[in-house]
Amino acid sequence: MVKVKLWGTLGKLADGQSEVEIEAKTFKELLDRLVEAYPGLAPYVARGVSMSLDGVIYRESWFQEIGSDSEVVLMPFMKGG
Amino acid sequence: MRSLHVSAMVNGDPVEFICDPGEPLLDVLRNRLGLTGAKEGCGTGDCGACSVTVNGRLVCSCLVLGAEVDGAEISTIEGMADNEELHPLQRAFIDGAAFQCGVCTPGILVAAKALLEKNPEPTDEEVRFWLAGNLCRCTGYDKIIAAVQVAAAEMRGA
Amino acid sequence: MDTGQSKREFRYVGTRPNRPDGVDKVTGRAQYGADMTAPGMLTGAILRSPHAHARIISIDTSAAEAIAGVRAVVTGADFVRLDDDFIRDVQENCMARETALYDGHAVAAVAATTPAIARAALAKIAVEYEPLPHVTDVDVAMKADAPVVLAGRALETVPAGMTQNVTNHCEFGHGDLEAGFAKADLVIERSFKTAATHQGYIEPHACLASVTADGKADLWCCTQGQFFVRSLCSAIMGMEASQLRVTASEIGGGFGGKTTVFIEPVALALSRKSGRPVKIVMKRDEVFRATGPTVSSSMDVRIGMTKDGRITAGEANLRYSGGAYPCGTVEMGAQAAFAAYDLEAVRTIGWNALTNRPKEAAYRAPGAPQAIYAVESVVDELCQKLGLDPLTVRLKNAARKGTLSSYGPTFNDIGLVATLEAATSHPHYTAPLGPNQGRGLSCGFWFNFGGNTCVSLNINTDGTVGVTEGNPDIGGSRASISLMAAEELGIHYENIRTIIADTSSLGYNDVTDGSRVTFSVGLATIKAARDAIGKMTARAAQYWGIDADAVKWVDGAAVPAGSNAGKFPPLSLAEIAEMSPQTGGPIAGHHEVNVDGAGVSFGVHLVDVEVDPETGFTKVLRYTVFQDAGKAVHPDYVEGQMQGGAVQGIGWALNEEYVYGEDGRLQNPSFLDYRIPVSSDLPNIETVILEIPNPGHPYGVRGVGETPIVPPLAAIANAVSRAAGVRLTELPMSPPRILKALKS
Repeated sequence: MVKVKLWGTLGKLADGQSEVEIEAKTFKELLDRLVEAYPGLAPYVARGVSMSLDGVIYRESWFQEIGSDSEVVLMPFMKGG
Repeated sequence: MRSLHVSAMVNGDPVEFICDPGEPLLDVLRNRLGLTGAKEGCGTGDCGACSVTVNGRLVCSCLVLGAEVDGAEISTIEGMADNEELHPLQRAFIDGAAFQCGVCTPGILVAAKALLEKNPEPTDEEVRFWLAGNLCRCTGYDKIIAAVQVAAAEMRGA
Repeated sequence: MDTGQSKREFRYVGTRPNRPDGVDKVTGRAQYGADMTAPGMLTGAILRSPHAHARIISIDTSAAEAIAGVRAVVTGADFVRLDDDFIRDVQENCMARETALYDGHAVAAVAATTPAIARAALAKIAVEYEPLPHVTDVDVAMKADAPVVLAGRALETVPAGMTQNVTNHCEFGHGDLEAGFAKADLVIERSFKTAATHQGYIEPHACLASVTADGKADLWCCTQGQFFVRSLCSAIMGMEASQLRVTASEIGGGFGGKTTVFIEPVALALSRKSGRPVKIVMKRDEVFRATGPTVSSSMDVRIGMTKDGRITAGEANLRYSGGAYPCGTVEMGAQAAFAAYDLEAVRTIGWNALTNRPKEAAYRAPGAPQAIYAVESVVDELCQKLGLDPLTVRLKNAARKGTLSSYGPTFNDIGLVATLEAATSHPHYTAPLGPNQGRGLSCGFWFNFGGNTCVSLNINTDGTVGVTEGNPDIGGSRASISLMAAEELGIHYENIRTIIADTSSLGYNDVTDGSRVTFSVGLATIKAARDAIGKMTARAAQYWGIDADAVKWVDGAAVPAGSNAGKFPPLSLAEIAEMSPQTGGPIAGHHEVNVDGAGVSFGVHLVDVEVDPETGFTKVLRYTVFQDAGKAVHPDYVEGQMQGGAVQGIGWALNEEYVYGEDGRLQNPSFLDYRIPVSSDLPNIETVILEIPNPGHPYGVRGVGETPIVPPLAAIANAVSRAAGVRLTELPMSPPRILKALKS
């Protein structure tokens, strides 16, 4: 199980929880399980979220492995200019 | 109105072209003479990217009509180097990383050359005020001023 | 992620060689967007709405089509309505469908044999408009009775019951805010406003589109991302991406404003309809009216501090407007707002509201300058009122390794403390100030990212190397890429040529943005070089008749790995290249990756100003930029980013703004009245580069291009506020605003 931090608006769409526990070993599994558990998150995830894993940001790497004691934070998809 | 037939010298070469009465020299250079070094950044004389000299005088070519230069001598960026040999200003700009995107660079080089012909030993402030008519959005101007001074020193034989 | 061993002693990286496109740029030979022509080319011109908001009742193009020399006319009806919200917004922004949403919104276009005929034809297009009520201010747009710009576009994150203009909502933060404020000795709450600004690139958008009867197309355009242009245009035109080849010209500035399309689909549509190449070049007023300025903002910030300078709580409410289409930039601003601080209690709330203004595009670090301006202003005011040194307070509260950031992740190694310490010990910080002078500072931050990147590296038989990459060079990156290839291969920089490929020649590359090129393309180049080295060592091994793993690469040559491997003199890259036809064929390395692990880049800016109390005029006296680059591959170009971004920020703080009239029209679409800094406005911009390596890159590189625009707004606002003796809370701080503040 991985602890996943959801920022304010994401948390609101996940029954008001700012941190949830998800069974997942990769980024994609995490997103799939998250949406299964909290269908309200589906549109946002479809639009794109990035993941910070132990402080390193992964924009969209599905197969990035996640350790069970990693810090995982979901963030809006990164944009720049 | 009928087009006009104009003869002039551009970078030491004789040229002939026809143009509409209201056509800016900038459009003539770019579209009729194939000299695309001068750029249109604004079309209203505010940015200096189209700078050339006409009879030795620094102008915005977007504010000069093609029809006005009959019999005149025009110098553009394309005439700054002596065939293969770059002008000291051109070399100083490369060595001093005095451009990033480079689109304002032709106008700035033409303007800087005109300055150094009038004033071979300008202060930094004089360079800054002379170049105030040439907008640059990439560099913040620092390396441009420094490169002009490096070239000026070389041209003075210092 | 395995990036290979970090190098500490560099031979080429960190030097300052001349860039490969230098001669072309100083001789006028470089070809920018408007410099390309094609045989049979037509000129395209675009008709634009003079109304801020209007229904388009009808468009009669018959008189225009009848003019001799007019070969095609298009309107919104010539474009298929798309399902995907994002791409449909882009397409409708390029050419309106039923409604003109801002002054300058394109409604029709013509292609004609000469520019004069095209212009004359525009005047003959009869558009019947029904003007509608308009709104240009973000706070007004959020009111219940505001004119609705677009209906039904609110995301599911927006609470029920708000006007339809509110399309985006976000929230970040952690901790107990009220408990935090209760601990403070002083709480300051202020409201701020910033006007929309424009990237101000000197080169207007330009493109040349050529669609052939068999459905293939070529597009030449000035862009920061030819692959993204291909994606957008092929979707809009209903083409397969592989049938559209997009070539990026040299680009005359972008800064984020050329990361999307405005005229390209129109040129393609005109070319398809006329069967000829069509060139469109925007005029300067079109660039201001109808490309992508920044958001405008209205913000409330509340921060509490103890009397010894510890920030106990921070809260921000950010209301951004990205123009007439939904815009998510407020999310970046909300995350960046308090990023420099180690806080127990922090919350940022963000909103986006639609207004009848052009569709926002990025400008360096999109969303961050506004939010950080507000936060750093309040921090500075707290320091002033509590009699505390601003740098000491920043250091006391600075985010560092292990800090839980305000946007969620815990920081790894970051360079904020180093930049603050460098500022503290710099002579600028203690130089004396005279009357009417003030000193200001601000921290700044940007996330930076990696992205999809492909590099192909070819070893030519004469021993030179060609690097093919896919990212337009907006600041000298070709030189940096060549330096990294030289470093890895161990050959001279002069023997490497880096070019930027078109979309048919390389796999997908994300746009040149996010401060990603030196980092991502550099990383991919290093890996492509290592790939090529693997092949060259294998060739040497075969030549020597030994095992491939008995050969290593040192100083540009293959050498036996140990005395057991055999006594062979080194085989240089040139020698291996020369015999490559006989040893198996051409040698190349390549690497394709979606790069992660970009490091954030922190910066601190210090500025001294003098404010004339009679005219409200501000003179910038001294400016110093401190920034963490991780590893400065080519220091000239790192300095260039720092200086250029700082000056853009100076313009933003002191003078630049989009001015809208009562009629909702843009009042100042020219460089005369949208006044960007000129050389005589400025002192030298001094730069101090720090290097705290980013573990995500083989050489430690962090992107640097965007961060420099973030600190200037607050640094200058803080300096002006101190010089003038009154706190300014609206940008730009033009002379009339300063005078008004002085009088009140």
